[in-house]
Formats: sequence, structure tokens, C-alpha cells
Amino acid sequence: MAVTNEDVKYVANLARLQLSDEEAEQLKSDMNQILEYMETLGELDTSDVEPLEHVTEISGQFRKDETKQPLSHEDALKNAPDADSDYFRVPRVIE
Amino acid sequence: MSDFSSTQEQLKKGALTLPDLVENYLDRIEQKNPQINAYVSVDGDAARKEAEVIQKKIRNGSAGRLAGAVVGVKDVICEKGKVTSCASNILRNFESVYDATVIEKLRSEDAILLGRLNMDEFAMGSSSENTIYGPVRNPHDDSKVSGGSSGGSAAAVAGELCNIALGSDTGGSIRQPASYCGVVGVKPTYGRVSRHGLVAYASSFDCIGPLAHSVRDCAELLSTIAGFDPNDNTSSGLDVPDYASGLESSGTLRVGVPEEYFGEGLDDGVRKIVEDVIAQLEKDEKFNLVPIRIPHMKYSIATYYILATAEASSNLARYDGVRYGHRGDIDEVRKELRQEKEAIEDKIELADAAGKNDLIEEMAKVDSPLIRLYKKSRTEGFGREVKRRILLGTYVLSAGYYDAYYAKAQKVRRLIKQDFDTAFSKVDVIVSPTAPTPAFDIGSNIDDPIQMYLNDIYTTSANLAGNCGISVPAGTHPDGLPVGIQFMGDKYQESKILQAGYLVEQMLR
Repeated sequence: MAVTNEDVKYVANLARLQLSDEEAEQLKSDMNQILEYMETLGELDTSDVEPLEHVTEISGQFRKDETKQPLSHEDALKNAPDADSDYFRVPRVIE
Repeated sequence: MSDFSSTQEQLKKGALTLPDLVENYLDRIEQKNPQINAYVSVDGDAARKEAEVIQKKIRNGSAGRLAGAVVGVKDVICEKGKVTSCASNILRNFESVYDATVIEKLRSEDAILLGRLNMDEFAMGSSSENTIYGPVRNPHDDSKVSGGSSGGSAAAVAGELCNIALGSDTGGSIRQPASYCGVVGVKPTYGRVSRHGLVAYASSFDCIGPLAHSVRDCAELLSTIAGFDPNDNTSSGLDVPDYASGLESSGTLRVGVPEEYFGEGLDDGVRKIVEDVIAQLEKDEKFNLVPIRIPHMKYSIATYYILATAEASSNLARYDGVRYGHRGDIDEVRKELRQEKEAIEDKIELADAAGKNDLIEEMAKVDSPLIRLYKKSRTEGFGREVKRRILLGTYVLSAGYYDAYYAKAQKVRRLIKQDFDTAFSKVDVIVSPTAPTPAFDIGSNIDDPIQMYLNDIYTTSANLAGNCGISVPAGTHPDGLPVGIQFMGDKYQESKILQAGYLVEQMLR
């Protein structure tokens, strides 16, 4: 089940990353090495094992539905790469 | 070694003042930090002002329980008004707009927050070399790594650039650097300490915890930061004990010795140190040693790196350059896309009919400017290890591979947890080395991901099971570097691992 160049490019696109050919080649080799290591899990018969999704038994802690002060407009926009006084600004993307 | 607890005594007696203490740390940082590279920013003025205020409270007896704590904070925990960069280019200028819950708790108990500490980018790494600020250097030997990802936290304590540090532990990121730098580090039970304000890496594993000079200091800090937080729905409402007051009341502990943690790959010098310590404590009748098995331990690294990278790929999807973080240059994006399209158009002109169809398909696949802008922002923003983990995580979650990797790993995670549940029905704590070797050379593992991941071989299992763990200095390796011993405890049994660590500390004193 070796990872190919096409797989790396497919996954990079899903992850919204751009890779140079050289980087893709390196990452392909890294991924194959790591995935090969991970295939040791195949030794285990897990057909009767339930997946473990949470290590904590805590579930559904409810809180009172109270009005609280949200993040201020100013704070919310503070780290925006681009903003006016009210909104995040993004470049025009529709052509 | 000026630990927090004895410093606090000195302050109470008036033998020392807090402004002087802060000034000492600031001087040391100025001298030592250019070499160690533990701090990425220091807020001396704010710390000086706080010191004046808290000194008055000490005089009039109203100071909080952490008065005298001079704390460095790993750059992954939000502190209002300060840059929280996660040692990543994508958050290089990101300023926190609120305090993490742990930061609020430290402030309310009069800890002084001195500055922000270096780390592996987004806490992904075992050496604190994956960072935009350059590697952290081990205070015991500056050619060696500090461990990671909380390498800055461990090195700052070991180098006496603060007396307590906050770190985070997703697969060993507090305990392994604590071992490499010769300090104490605690990974609490998952849910014991609020994660609100901790920048997420792998949410089902991430824990905040303390690093300090002594077990007592870690106990004091843990009692302050633990507890339920309405802002973290996975935080536990169980009462928080006063861990420090229970340190001496352990009696004889039943200590599980799992053969899997003393097998192949363990350095001989590390093995001897750890075995000598437990043999001595058995002789002193402090430990009752019980051979146990954690049969699935050997699958922990593979399981951990599947699940943690999957969670990371999802958590880091938020960095799109729209609301915060680095944004690529839209003009460059437009230029790039224009060039790509023109290149395809040129080929179309020269192609035959069949070739044309392929090229028209290719043209349709060229990114929209919006998608390319996301890609550019992320590609410029993330470092190599982070990209590696995002790709791996995306791959193991993608259609066709989900069952083989992600679902499989979730099942093995249960088997590992069951191993621990069985073991903890027979013992109070489980002992092991913290890491298979002492600190390694800077640069030596950076091109070998598997070798790097294997540094976490003894630590990831506690995160997989959601248990607690501590690393305590156990001795000095023949090569001159510190070696840590690890104790793992069942859920919410921090008291027991702290007691075990305290026994080691007292024995070696």
C-alpha cells in the first residue's frame, strides 16, 4: 500500500498545502517510512474491539444558559491580516 | 538550586524581596538566554510592576499561594496581550485576546509571568528544533537538545531562568524534556487541567502541566491549575486535593515494573540508573515491586502517531489566513495562477485533438484564487514537521484508508487502555525510564522521523490511556547528562505519582 506521488499531491490538495516536486518526493518517502511502521498494527486482531474515542468518562456537562460578555469587536478583529472597522477583509476572489 | 517552595519561605521571612528575585531572573536571562534560547520574549517591565504589588501583599499577609513563583509559559498557552506564536511562522504576530484558564489561575494566586518559552512548532516534535526561533540548547551541554516539545520550559527551569514553567504534553512533551534537562515534569490526567486557551494540537491527548525544580513545586502548581472549567467541557469536576500536603504520607507503594518498558532500545546507562533507584527504594521498603505486563505497549507509537496526526490535520485546518495568522500575497497568487494558465494555453495551441482534451481538463483543475490563497498562506506559514503531520493525518483520515489506519488505531487505543486498567487493579503506580536515552546531539535526528518519534516510546502510552505521569531526575548518565525516571498513575491518581517521585527525590538528596 505504498504512497505514490499522486497520493501525496491528492492529500496535499485536501490539506490545502502546495508542495514543490522536491518536497513532494521527500514527503512521499517520509510517509512511506512512517506508514510502514504503522502497519505493525495489522498484526493485531481487533475484530471484537470497540474503537476508543474518548479517554474521559465525562459526558454532556450542561451549563446555565446565561448572557455573557463576548469577545469585543475590536479584539475579534485585532489579529486579522486585513480588516476595516466592522469586518474581516479578504481579497476579491470572484472573477 | 532555588526552588519555588524554599524561595517562598525566604520571602515570607523577609530574607529576600520579590523585586530582587525578579531582577535576578532578568539578569540571568540576559546572560544565559542567548545561549540556551529558552525564552522567545520576556516582559521585564510588567514583571517588575507585578513584583512590587505582590511584595506589598507578602508584607501584609494577603499574598496568594503562588507568591514567589516566577513563571515562564510555553508559547502555546494564551496570555492576553502577548504574542502566542506556537513557534510557527503562521502565528508569528498573533496576539492573544484572552487568558487561558491556567493563566487566570496563576495570576489570581500571585504568580509572576515572566515571559514566553520556545518549543517545537505547534508542540509537534521531541527536540525543540522545529521552531522559527532556532533550537533550544540543553543547559547541561549546549551541543545537546533540550527535548521537546516543551524544551524551552525544561531548559528555562534547568538554567534557572524561572522557578516554574508551564508546558503541554500530548505524547510526552513535558516528561521527556524534563528528563533531558534534569527537572521534574508532570503530565496530569486528561481532564484534570482545563485546556481552554491551549492552542490545540491533538485534542484527545493535549494536557497542560508544570515543570519545576522539585516534586513539591509541581504539586503546588498542579493544585492551583487543576479543576473544572466551564470553558472546557472535558475538564473534570472532581475535587482537587492539596497535593503538596500529601507528599509524605505514601507508606509503601505497590510499584508495577512492566518488562515492555525495559526491553530492546533502552540505553544501558539509563537502564542502570533507573534499576538502581527502584532497587534501593525496594530495599528501603518504600517500594513493593510487582512485575506486570503492558502487552500492547509496543503498538503505542504507531497508534499515537496515527491518531495525533489525524487530530492535528483537523485542528490545524483553522489556519486559513482569513481571520488571523499569516496571509499570503494575493498579487503573487494571481500572478502564479495567470502563469499556470498561460502555460497550459500555450500547450493547447500545439496539442493534437486528444492532447487538447487532457489539457482542457488540466485547465479546469487549476485552483481558484481563493483556494490558492489558502494554500499559499498555509504553505508559507507551516514548517516541515507540521506539514508532514498534517499530510499524514489527512492521509489516514481519507476515504479508503480510514478503516485501515484511523479506526484501527482507535481500537488499539482501547487495548492499550485496558492493559493499564488491568495493571492499576494490582499496583499504585507503574515505573519506567522516561526516555530510552539521555539528550541527543542537536541535528542528529532531524532527518529521521521514526527515530525522532521513538524518543516518545515510554511516554505516549499515558496519553493514549488518558492517565497521569511524572518524570523525576534519577541520576547522571556516564556521559554527564541527566536521566529521568517516570511514574505513571491511574486516572486522577496524581497524588500517588507525586508521592513516588518525592520518594526518589528524598532518597537521592
